[in-house]
Amino acid sequence: MYKGGKIIASLIIFVAFLSIPFFYNMGKANAGPDVNLSTPAIEALAPADQQCIEPVEFMRANHMQLLNDWRTEVVRNGKTEYINSQGKAFNMSLQDTCLSCHSTDAEKVANTGISNPAANNGMSNPTANASPEFCASCHTYTAVKPNCWSCHFEPKGALK
Amino acid sequence: MSINRRQFLRRAGMLTALGLGGTIAFTGFRKKAVVEAAGYGVKSNALKATRWAMAVDMSKFKTEDDFKRIKEACHSIHNVPDFGNPKDEIKWIWKDDYEHTFTSQHNKYLEEQLVDAPFMVLCNHCENPPCVKACPTEATFQRPSGIVAMDFHRCIGCRFCMAACPFGARSFNFRDPRSFIKDVNPEFPTRTKGVVEKCNFCEERLAEGLMPACVEASKGGLIFGDLDDPQSEVRKIISSKITIRRKPQLGTQPSIYYLVGGGDHA
Repeated sequence: MYKGGKIIASLIIFVAFLSIPFFYNMGKANAGPDVNLSTPAIEALAPADQQCIEPVEFMRANHMQLLNDWRTEVVRNGKTEYINSQGKAFNMSLQDTCLSCHSTDAEKVANTGISNPAANNGMSNPTANASPEFCASCHTYTAVKPNCWSCHFEPKGALK
Repeated sequence: MSINRRQFLRRAGMLTALGLGGTIAFTGFRKKAVVEAAGYGVKSNALKATRWAMAVDMSKFKTEDDFKRIKEACHSIHNVPDFGNPKDEIKWIWKDDYEHTFTSQHNKYLEEQLVDAPFMVLCNHCENPPCVKACPTEATFQRPSGIVAMDFHRCIGCRFCMAACPFGARSFNFRDPRSFIKDVNPEFPTRTKGVVEKCNFCEERLAEGLMPACVEASKGGLIFGDLDDPQSEVRKIISSKITIRRKPQLGTQPSIYYLVGGGDHA
């Protein structure tokens, strides 16, 4: 190989450089978001009704797909009710169904000192606060920024 | 360290097979929690129609409050912002004078009452809507119920629909509307900057078995119903009284009928 030594040495340096983050973080545990997601609205429900509209595992993995389907069914096809795998019917609405349980009183969040960078981000009306703590707790950690909250908003306790 | 073509192809093939097999080995055997939704439906008390239409009984609009009440009922539940200047104005339902409402029907001498009277105007939910044809993203579309609906998620703010609409029924959010909504209705979303909006015939209320907000607030001035149903009140009025529509010569077939004859309609 022509100038083989230099090429191989450069390649080793290059690979070492690329893999620095991997070795740097090796063995370090990456703490996930640890937030208590229970809300007074959920606790007020009977234990049998405390399941979300679908089992937790399904919701964790597929909530984004489900919300997309809901949007299509409501906005494009004019359907308003979702009948879940157990045959229970729910009104398909992010604001009125999801957030009736998964909402956090913005004032309470501020008082408990939970940081929520997504809350009130780019928000101009104090009565409509942005991404609820429930969504932000994971989305901030994973740097996923859905644009739901540019139009939809978490209803404040006083408004309900 | 040289390989011939046969060896190269053989190794490439083996690598490909390994790659494909490896993917299946990792993902194929992983159990996925699959939940089958039973489906989607509509509420049993939802109002259904094949051609929603509205009759505006002009005899019921006498004072300034008759217009204001209706406009406020609509704009407050739909989170319509008030920018405070006519250039940025967002309107779903508003009033306009005879000359601008019925542009081609301006005779030199008209009944004085008619000329001076303001008219309640809103999206006509045309049977043949030009805005739907103009929309490049199908953000505006026509429902089987006749409602010309908007999917705000899809709107790219090109404003072709505003140019296509002969009735000026569409408004564009030049600014972030949120800080200009006085009392936010938590049950309805707001819009964002760069999105067109207009009257939706309260389809979210019809789905819950309620009449449109303007109809409820009008105290009988607005009559709403299914034009295809011969028994509906709106059909009876339209087929028994003389009504006019805005710019019928354009062939868009508006669904808003103005009952201008005066007197009691029923």
